[in-house]
Amino acid sequence: MLAINTIGKSFGGLIALHNVSFRVDGGSISALIGPNGAGKTTLLNIISGIFPTDVGNISFSGATISNLPSTKIARAGISRTFQQVELFGDMTVLENVMVGRYSRTRSGFISSGLRLPFVRKEEKETRDISLRILDYIGLIGRKDELASNLPLGEQRILEIGRALATEPGLLLLDEPAAGLNIRETRSLGEMIVRLRDEKKITILLVEHDMDLVMRISDRITVLNFGEVIAHGTPLEVQKDQAVIGAYLGTEE
Amino acid sequence: MNRDNSLAVLILIAVVIFLPLVSGSTYVITIGVFSGINALIAIGLCILMGYAGQVSLGQAGFYGIGAYVSATLTHHYGLPVPLSVAAAMIVSAFAAVILAVPSLRLKGHYLAVATLSFGEIINIVLNEWGPGGPSGFGDIPAFSILDFIFDTSTSYFYLVWGCVVLVLLFSFNFINSRTGRALKAMHGSELASRAMGLDVTALKIKVFVISATYASLAGSLYAHYVTFISPSSFTLFYSILVLMMVVIGGITNLWGGVAGAILITILPELLRSFEEFDVLVYGMILTLSLMFLRKGIVPLLIEKINHLRGPLIAGD
Repeated sequence: MLAINTIGKSFGGLIALHNVSFRVDGGSISALIGPNGAGKTTLLNIISGIFPTDVGNISFSGATISNLPSTKIARAGISRTFQQVELFGDMTVLENVMVGRYSRTRSGFISSGLRLPFVRKEEKETRDISLRILDYIGLIGRKDELASNLPLGEQRILEIGRALATEPGLLLLDEPAAGLNIRETRSLGEMIVRLRDEKKITILLVEHDMDLVMRISDRITVLNFGEVIAHGTPLEVQKDQAVIGAYLGTEE
Repeated sequence: MNRDNSLAVLILIAVVIFLPLVSGSTYVITIGVFSGINALIAIGLCILMGYAGQVSLGQAGFYGIGAYVSATLTHHYGLPVPLSVAAAMIVSAFAAVILAVPSLRLKGHYLAVATLSFGEIINIVLNEWGPGGPSGFGDIPAFSILDFIFDTSTSYFYLVWGCVVLVLLFSFNFINSRTGRALKAMHGSELASRAMGLDVTALKIKVFVISATYASLAGSLYAHYVTFISPSSFTLFYSILVLMMVVIGGITNLWGGVAGAILITILPELLRSFEEFDVLVYGMILTLSLMFLRKGIVPLLIEKINHLRGPLIAGD
């Protein structure tokens, strides 16, 4: 599904990623973990096209996507959420999801300005699909509230809903559980599993909540100082000496 | 378009139809014509600033292009007026693309200065190479469609406000749809917009083009009404005046543009009785409203109305 090949990235003299390669299998939940500053978010930003890679390439469903602008990557079927929630705060919950339909619809300024018949039809479809998504993620009761008025837990869920509206094949979640309480984290975990099982969406998440990661992930990749130090099932990774060393330190 | 806006458009249409019937005064109707012309350009700036989060201090440039292109094509080349107005809008659209492309890298103050320079360049071009140079030219044909000539203030009033209503309907339609949501989203978070597949660059160019064509239409209507134009009507002062209209009316609502345009057009007329102090009072009123009506008149009114409606809904 997603193949990351020998990606390298440095900012000035700082090497953020070095020779990073791994694969994400279609229909799986994969997690990217590692201590702070390991380069996890940098990698998500490269995959989603926020900045280009220096070396290496990324392919998605057989096509090379590295160094494409983020707009094109979104249209190719990769959507994401952000570590710092990036909702459209002045817009309603429903409108936020409707914006997610942008790349799947086509009416422009002139056709919308003239309210051509196809525009009305498309607008109704956008609305119906967005309402269905809100229903699926359990925010239908909040549809007319401003996104900025939701509590953080619901804002993170709404970001997922907005990403779902783009009909992604691959969903990148950047620390979806950050700032959530135990109960919210649990329902978030259930939703992620449902997305894989019911919607057949492949998921790559960056997360610090190890309980969540170990519970829901099929595969885990561990980064440390910009390099992959382990890759495997949750059990394999937990036993890996390099991983234990990276998190707890090794005896000198 | 939602119910409130549809209702407001209907009220506007009713007022437009009845005003000339009630008031026989040419003076009132003439002010009405100028209010409508200003409303057109203000609506465009509202979309650019309030919805898309861009800024322009160069709207007078597009206003000038609209006036000069359609005046020249009709006066010097004898083209039909509607065709010339459309041609002017196309020229303005191209000018907007030329302005927008380098401006895409700029935000806030830098964008303001870039657009301001654009307006000044257009003004200098009109002064140096425009027909008639700094003194401009007259005898511009009146607006006519086929055989009908809009040569009275009342007929022109209907023409201008007819355009305002159409532009409003067109604008509300695209604002309450995919493209309008995209503009608001881009304003809210450019990062998330890109991640959702929005072509931010194209959207920015398009919104500049839209506001430019509205300004161009306003400029053409101005030229064919006053039948005499000179570069002094298309200066930075006018760009700032349009900015005042939308800020005082409220940039987050298209009705803010309309209300602001009417107020700013009427205000100097109402202040005539202050004689030589009129400019002083005018400035004071503008300053005070900027200080105390920060959101703009229309958004504040809507807040009040919603506040009054609140208890009714709760009582149901």
